[in-house]
Amino acid sequence: MPVISDTLTPTWRPRGRLLRLREAAWPLLRRPGFVLALALVLFALLAALAPALFSHYDPYTTTPAQMLQAPSRAHWFGTDELGRDLYSRVVHGARLSMFAALTAVGLALLCGLALGVVSGFLGGRVDALIMRLIDVMLALPGLLLALAIVTAIGFGTLPVAVAVGVGIIPGFARTTRAEVLRVKTLPYVEAARLGGASWASTLLRHVLPNAWGPVAVLATLDVGAAILATAGLSFLGFGAQPPAAEWGTLIANGRQFLITAPWVSLLPGLFVVLVVFSLNHIARTLEEAQR
Amino acid sequence: MSRYLLGRIGQALLVLWGAYSITYLILYLLPGDPLSIMLSAAGMEIDAMSPADIAKAKAYYGLDRGLLEQYLHLLWGVLHGDLGQSLTLARPVTAVLAERLPTTLALAGSAIVLSLFGGVGLAYVAAYVRWQPLKVALARLPALGFSVPVFWMGLLLIQVFAFTLGWFPATGSDGIESLVLPAVTLAIPSAAVYAQVLQRGFAGVWREPYIVTAFAKGLSRGQVQARHALRNAALPLLTLVGLQVGNTVSGAVLVETIFARNGVGRLVQEAVLRQDIPLVLAVVAVSAAAFVLVNLVVDLLYPVLDPRIAHTAKVP
Amino acid sequence: MNPPLIDVRNLNVTYRAGGQATHAVRELSLSVAQGQTLAIVGESGSGKTTLASALFGLLPSNAQVSAGELLIAGQNLTHASERTWRAVRGRTLALVPQDPMVSLNPTQRIGRQVAESLAQAHGRRYPGVHADVLELLAEVGLDSPALRARQYPHELSGGMRQRVLIAIALAGNPRAIVADEPTSALDVTVQRRILDHLEQRVQARGISLVIITHDLGVAADRADRVLVMKAGEAVEYGAPAQVLATPAHPYTRQLLAAAPAFAETAPPPVAPTAAAGSVPLLALDGISKAYRVPAVQGSASHFQALQALSLQAWAGQTLAIVGESGSGKSTALRLALGLEKPDQGRVRFAGQDVTDLSWSQFRPLRERMQLVQQNPFAALDPRFTVFQSVVEPLVSFKRLKGAALAQAAQRLMEQVQLPASYLDRLPRELSGGQRQRVAIARALALQPQLLLLDEPVSALDVSVQGQILALLAQLQAELGLAYVLVSHDLAVVRSLAHQVLVLRQGQVVEYGAAGQVLGQPHSAYTRELLGAIPGQRAAARNGEQLLERPAPMAALRRAQ
Repeated sequence: MPVISDTLTPTWRPRGRLLRLREAAWPLLRRPGFVLALALVLFALLAALAPALFSHYDPYTTTPAQMLQAPSRAHWFGTDELGRDLYSRVVHGARLSMFAALTAVGLALLCGLALGVVSGFLGGRVDALIMRLIDVMLALPGLLLALAIVTAIGFGTLPVAVAVGVGIIPGFARTTRAEVLRVKTLPYVEAARLGGASWASTLLRHVLPNAWGPVAVLATLDVGAAILATAGLSFLGFGAQPPAAEWGTLIANGRQFLITAPWVSLLPGLFVVLVVFSLNHIARTLEEAQR
Repeated sequence: MSRYLLGRIGQALLVLWGAYSITYLILYLLPGDPLSIMLSAAGMEIDAMSPADIAKAKAYYGLDRGLLEQYLHLLWGVLHGDLGQSLTLARPVTAVLAERLPTTLALAGSAIVLSLFGGVGLAYVAAYVRWQPLKVALARLPALGFSVPVFWMGLLLIQVFAFTLGWFPATGSDGIESLVLPAVTLAIPSAAVYAQVLQRGFAGVWREPYIVTAFAKGLSRGQVQARHALRNAALPLLTLVGLQVGNTVSGAVLVETIFARNGVGRLVQEAVLRQDIPLVLAVVAVSAAAFVLVNLVVDLLYPVLDPRIAHTAKVP
Repeated sequence: MNPPLIDVRNLNVTYRAGGQATHAVRELSLSVAQGQTLAIVGESGSGKTTLASALFGLLPSNAQVSAGELLIAGQNLTHASERTWRAVRGRTLALVPQDPMVSLNPTQRIGRQVAESLAQAHGRRYPGVHADVLELLAEVGLDSPALRARQYPHELSGGMRQRVLIAIALAGNPRAIVADEPTSALDVTVQRRILDHLEQRVQARGISLVIITHDLGVAADRADRVLVMKAGEAVEYGAPAQVLATPAHPYTRQLLAAAPAFAETAPPPVAPTAAAGSVPLLALDGISKAYRVPAVQGSASHFQALQALSLQAWAGQTLAIVGESGSGKSTALRLALGLEKPDQGRVRFAGQDVTDLSWSQFRPLRERMQLVQQNPFAALDPRFTVFQSVVEPLVSFKRLKGAALAQAAQRLMEQVQLPASYLDRLPRELSGGQRQRVAIARALALQPQLLLLDEPVSALDVSVQGQILALLAQLQAELGLAYVLVSHDLAVVRSLAHQVLVLRQGQVVEYGAAGQVLGQPHSAYTRELLGAIPGQRAAARNGEQLLERPAPMAALRRAQ
């Protein structure tokens, strides 16, 4: 039988939130794959903030004498048609690419979360209306919707980011709504309501924290998808204009030299693949950890 | 049943109308000035025109009317099969589309078939294999598949199979051979998604008690997987096939650009570059129609695969 | 002499996960002769399900037989190949699985699932398979077999599905059937009919039966031998009469104490009778409630959940509402809590009519009535510590904060007999019984007068049930609480209730003092419910010895 103390000793204190976070994160950090993926994504993020940390060449200096050189110790990814160091261009390209992807996901997260929470929580006609709107947005293929937006507001990194972001709103809205609906009917939410908690505090204290997990996983996945989508739009020529370094533009540029110097196109692409794959791996690991 | 069907078709039409209207709103109402965009698309410079010319041009493009009136006029045209006039090609949009659509349909159709076979096959094998290293490798493959940019994969395939091995032509849209590389490129991301979802489906189904019932009958692993696991694991796939139509269309734009195929995808890419608004609107509307149609078929097929879903229960 | 059909010798089963080995079954021996019935009794985590998997060679890939031998029909299968096992499954040994609702393939017709089993034994597509399917379905007591064979599992009730599963087991003409908790997911009356039927089929065909159950009553009623398992080990093995009369292990005694038919539950202490003219704490007057069922072929139909229900709950007393699934007992609770509005009738709380109150008007009353939910695994927010969960109502009503809150939490933990250090734990770090104590503490936080208990122990192991019930009884005596207890389990009802109300399909069958309703029921349905309690045959057989034992429930209370 449990021990019953006779006096109310003040020995007990609530355990800190940080401590619990550390306990939850520790098992993840012991997986080599997860750590590697995390390191790569952190590298991309740091490169976006301070590219000079990782590269010694200027990404815009042209050295015609060294054009189209194969990867070597001096130029890890080789050089392009103007003799610029490709590795530096990839590192510096992180700024525009990561900025676009994070802006897109941030925008989608904000709108999608709001729509999903309102829809799932209020239900009824508001829900029906929002869900029809989401159906309509789903019916518009992502890239085409982005193309329409770019047509209307012009080319460039920011328009592309907005366009991509709008395209991934429906996914967030749907996931959030489904989670809110699931959590809303759970017994502990009912218990909180019967314990006198208001809808607002139930939403903030029980529904959102417990609905957050799958949305966070989706957000991580979508950063990867947004990198691919912005790169795609840049590849088509709607993103950052040359000579700006951006991952999609880098790959597009190299197309002309595919026969003679395949690395100009393929190596920056491989880097993008690795970053996106890492993001997917992180999302998947987080998802497994939640179960 | 027929009532359900009518309701479902009505819903589909509503979604289609919504998609058209939203695209119209984006193209005509967002910051840019449609007149200057259209004039520059037609090769004229707005600054060099007199006010009278501008008024004439406005009347020509129907921009002098109220927004609602313009919109209704366009919608009326769409209902009569008239998608307007292309600004840069100076031809009716419908004629241009009719010319380009077959190429794209062939590409998208073969990509969808390829991706289904590839994705389902991969997941089926991954579920059957029991040797751990191979199983893990197969389980990771889909994540790699949708981490690869479509256009990069296209370039890689061109490099290997066209330039190095010389098996297939690198570009063009004539004949079956030119279809192979683009279709494979376009199929890879969808196949990866199908494989991942089906793998999860299998993982979930293997834990179901009815699988134990099946094993206790004395069935072999292969029999249990084929007769009891596959169908139940594949149920979520059907919805997904409908949703992937959008991604396939998006991918087609990139793939047609890389492989220089004369399809709708490349058409829209060029239309956006030249800001040919009516053409962009028409292509978006046609893709939305394809999406809505495929999803309608998917919804109607669902009860055939899953007996628990009756038509009546789904009507709100 | 024939060898026993199933012969298990010193079996050990080990699970390996993350470099650690867990012993699910240890040194277990048993044998079942042809035509004999063995019952394996144990609670969750006792290893009984692992044992069942081992008998079929269906252990998960991370588990293995680490020592001992397993012989079936004289054949040593300890290290048999998958091919050998497949010949045994279905033909020598057949399985009746645990939960009929999820044990049939939802996308395949019943007939095909039975036919598959037949084909397994008689070869593919042998002539007459269809006729055999119908014959089997008729044999297990299904009406219109031809129709059933064409239906999908979701079109059948739980009891019917379990009959289909029995048909599948019989299809291979096995020499033994292993039934893994075959009826724990079903209503008591259905449970009894299915078990009777299974027993009868087994006897008619002269095959052996292994019943795996958590209910000692079921085991004692139907088995020739009983094996009691705890933490992977056999603690008791013998004839039921002997196990019941002279249990060797304290754990068996504890299980006996918890089994309804053997428990000599002292009726709850007589509550102070209500003073004349006082009002009941909760009163439902002529309540009716119907739900709209999704339309089938255009016509909307109604499901009458409750019809003209009247009841009163008094301070210091327990009113029990008894019924099977679909009886409307949970609806009654939801109506009392204001979660639903009745179609007809009034709901009164302490004399005040609360039927038409809005949510915010009802809110002050929530300080006086609280709910304890059915499933303690879902009733606590997984992200909240016990402290956060317990004090949540106090925070919501802004009663206390800071140090006073921490002190209130410690006092509540004391009331539900949990150490204060548990306040830091997350729900996943607690056992089921501990979680239910936390849920009770949360319900007590506002010091309510009325507790609504929705199947408070049905998700818990039998031995834990007794402890929670004892706690509830003690709290009632100390705090003078009124309880409305909803349960399908008459043992639970018997240990707490002062008044009993029996519901069936929304109609009141019987309503009166507990002693009268449970002692001299005047409706046939109540008698059927009472008759369905397992263990009575064995109890009658052992009647005299049992009377000599001290009342187990009382003994348990003293032990605490």
